[in-house]
Amino acid sequence: MKELPQEYYQLLEEIQAADFVLVELSLYLDTHPNDIEAIQQFNQYAQYSKQLKQMFESKFGALQQFGNSFSDANWSWGTMPWPWQV
Amino acid sequence: MNEKHQKSFTTVKSYRPFHSRYDPCKPIGVKYYSTPPNLFLGFQPPNLQQFSAKEALKKGTLWRFFYDYYENPYEKKGR
Amino acid sequence: MWFYEKKLQYPVRVSTCNPKLAKYLIEQYGGADGELAAALRYLNQRYTIPDKVVGLLTDIGTEEFAHLEMIATMVYKLTKDATPEQLKEAGLGEHYVNHDSALFYNNAAGTPWTATYIQAKGDPIADLYEDIAAEEKARATYQWIIDMSDDPDLNDGLRFLRQREIVHSQRFREAVEILKEERDRKKFF
Repeated sequence: MKELPQEYYQLLEEIQAADFVLVELSLYLDTHPNDIEAIQQFNQYAQYSKQLKQMFESKFGALQQFGNSFSDANWSWGTMPWPWQV
Repeated sequence: MNEKHQKSFTTVKSYRPFHSRYDPCKPIGVKYYSTPPNLFLGFQPPNLQQFSAKEALKKGTLWRFFYDYYENPYEKKGR
Repeated sequence: MWFYEKKLQYPVRVSTCNPKLAKYLIEQYGGADGELAAALRYLNQRYTIPDKVVGLLTDIGTEEFAHLEMIATMVYKLTKDATPEQLKEAGLGEHYVNHDSALFYNNAAGTPWTATYIQAKGDPIADLYEDIAAEEKARATYQWIIDMSDDPDLNDGLRFLRQREIVHSQRFREAVEILKEERDRKKFF
């Protein structure tokens, strides 16, 4: 299997960072459902995460299963390295 | 409004287990235990200071208050 | 319904080839206070807990599977290139004979995972206090594994996981407060 370019790791880390903020905010909002500012921050990051993932997926294939990501003609879901391999 | 002050508590505590004259081994001296920030906050107030997304990922939390770096206290303080 | 996203929550790196550590890491894979126990415990409790707390149990339970995957990645990286000789030296000879380098849900002592590690009393306060205790136990276990490891990259990942336990403990404590229903009550002094 070919090696992954540096760009893969860089973009992936951006996504991991944005998604981590979303997880933290989700847990916070689960116990603080009325914090409007937190909800705003959540939605901002949700938007940002989607943008990053679109970029990532166009270069490196689908991130989500069952149609939550579109597939390319090669069904990259099965061909790109798996997270514990990278 | 609600500025959670710089930490007025410590996150590592220590104690000395009793050493008996009949104990076979050299005494460990001091034992340490962790008292992480979640013990001291109560219900999280809004607007606590946040890390940047990248920093938050590295550190494991979005909020500065909860960050509690762990290192082996026995190695650090020498035994 | 569950979905899988093809990425780790946190970029796991292991810098030293030291399969011995895999034996200790597996404690958080198939052990009593490990990530599998956590995920199954929270996801199972949520069916019979008051609505206002179901979201939290669902979200934390789901995050625990991501942590399980991180531990699996650490173990995988440490054992995938090991020869049987190296595994034997690492104290994993018994494991190899049964599993080769396949992962399995047991603890560091080799005891297989069991549902007796978790509980669901159906009493929200009992369930949440079990959850708080579970998070503190997991936090402590990560401390002990960090103590046993001198791999700086691996320890970064372990510190991340320990930090997550601190935040989870915080949220479960808040859930108890929510269920006490004292928060919006007017207090008279």
